[in-house]
Amino acid sequence: MQRNVNNDTEALLSDIAKIENEPGYNHAFLDEQTKRMVRRAILKAVAIPGYQVPFSSREMPMPYGWGTGGIQITASIIGKADVLKVIDQGADDTTNAVSIRGFFAKMAGVATTEKTSEATIIQTRHRIPEDKLTRAHTMVYQVPVPEPLRWVEPRETETRKMHAHSEYGAMHVKLYEDIARHGRIATSFDYPALVDGGYIISPSPIPKFDNPKLDMSPALQLFGAGREQRIYAIPPYTKVTSLDFEDYPFEVQKWEDCCGLCGATTSYLDEIILNDDGDKMFVCSDSDYCQRRCEAGHKGPFADDRISDEQGERNAS
Amino acid sequence: MRVRKRLKQTPLLQVQNISKFYGDLAACLNISLDLYPGEILAIVGESGSGKSTLLNCISGKTGINAGEVRYRSRNNGTIDVHGAKEPVRRHLARTEWGYVHQNPRDGLRGNVSAGANIGERLMGTGSRHYGEIRSQAEQWLERVEIDPCRIDHQPRTFSGGMQQRLQIARNLVSGPSLIFMDEPTGGLDVSVQAKLLDLLRNITADLGLAVVLVTHDLGVARLLAHRIMVMKRGQVVETGLTDQVLDDPHHPYTQLLVSSILV
Repeated sequence: MQRNVNNDTEALLSDIAKIENEPGYNHAFLDEQTKRMVRRAILKAVAIPGYQVPFSSREMPMPYGWGTGGIQITASIIGKADVLKVIDQGADDTTNAVSIRGFFAKMAGVATTEKTSEATIIQTRHRIPEDKLTRAHTMVYQVPVPEPLRWVEPRETETRKMHAHSEYGAMHVKLYEDIARHGRIATSFDYPALVDGGYIISPSPIPKFDNPKLDMSPALQLFGAGREQRIYAIPPYTKVTSLDFEDYPFEVQKWEDCCGLCGATTSYLDEIILNDDGDKMFVCSDSDYCQRRCEAGHKGPFADDRISDEQGERNAS
Repeated sequence: MRVRKRLKQTPLLQVQNISKFYGDLAACLNISLDLYPGEILAIVGESGSGKSTLLNCISGKTGINAGEVRYRSRNNGTIDVHGAKEPVRRHLARTEWGYVHQNPRDGLRGNVSAGANIGERLMGTGSRHYGEIRSQAEQWLERVEIDPCRIDHQPRTFSGGMQQRLQIARNLVSGPSLIFMDEPTGGLDVSVQAKLLDLLRNITADLGLAVVLVTHDLGVARLLAHRIMVMKRGQVVETGLTDQVLDDPHHPYTQLLVSSILV
């Protein structure tokens, strides 16, 4: 339940920031030519909303699947004045989020934050923050499989043609299959969406709960797939429609419980198993949102069971 | 009767002097044919005679080196199949045309249910009502004599004959006017073949479908086709009404073909 900002981590990050100008490394790790190439791909992606632009993805100092696509986009657009927030599963304090923040603090010398309102660039894998995004934000998504049609059509040559000719019947085949098997559209993440009436995209593994946030968002949204070497984008204020059937309309997940810590009823909740007896609680997946609500005095049913910093350390030792 | 009716109509498909070369080899040479609505044309010949290449050329799957293929579409006037842009051709192929492959696995999606296989064309042309798609799929399953309770089963759990019938249903759901068939009964045993032929004959007659049928089996041609074209080494050696050609073959090669089977 430890969700407080860890002061040690912050101190470590600022220490790291001091050694940014190490010889042999460029600002934000990538060399200027590479960043230029990525920026050109981004420009093209923004110009053709939802179109997957191929780019020559570089090897990054982390394995594929850990966010190499997102990190290349962030590296190409980040300036000294930017403030970076990185979330993984909605949380700022997970391993991947902490190490990517550390990476940019060291390699670009930028300020990092866990607060959505302070950030200018938010790199994410599974979530869109609960707070309303503004024009000041740029979202960077780490995408594992950018091709929404891959599930029905394994050939890249064919899927490109299907996109080019808007032959999107096959995409509904997937939803049909869901209803036939489960009685409802059971796809709950990576839910296909139509961008500006043109291309269908895979919105990375965000839950379909977040799909409505893609629509008419004031923030620029960039998607990077490192292994698959594709970049695509949703420009600000672009119509994004989630696919559905007339008799099975698109709907998002709902919970009967509220967040155990902050009592929120409108946020995306993670289920946490508490003990071997199967007791469980739900908490907001967006840790920054939950934290701020707790600080503002909102209380959920488990709020008093929270372990303070000191207790946590005592328990650990 | 039928002949007189045909004369009044314009051809659905006109093939004029098409040729297809692979290097120096002429897979099809100077072939012309007219196909009228509701007519079934069989292309017969031995292996390697260019039957399948001709079918691919007509259906726009392969490019041609000379000649022209013109199709009279329902709403968009006459379309020059090879001169048209790719999206036009692909749209035709999944709306007004159908293509039945010899191996049903080439024509079906193996990882989705029978219902989704049939519904794909409907969804591709803008149908967005699950209930309607499903009820149409059920009707078509019944029509091709597959128990509708198998609608949610995957095609790989079906027998060969059922897969072939499912493939036919998947093609017919969009109400095509022209179907290309490449050895539709090829991999099936004799009793299943007979049943499938019976089904094909009924359905094509009911729907008034025009069919271009490629087969090496003269029995299939005799049962289904109104007209027949005999090919040898990429050229048409004889053409005419099915019964005429098979009962009174003129060309020595056709005589050889007819005499080599026990029909």
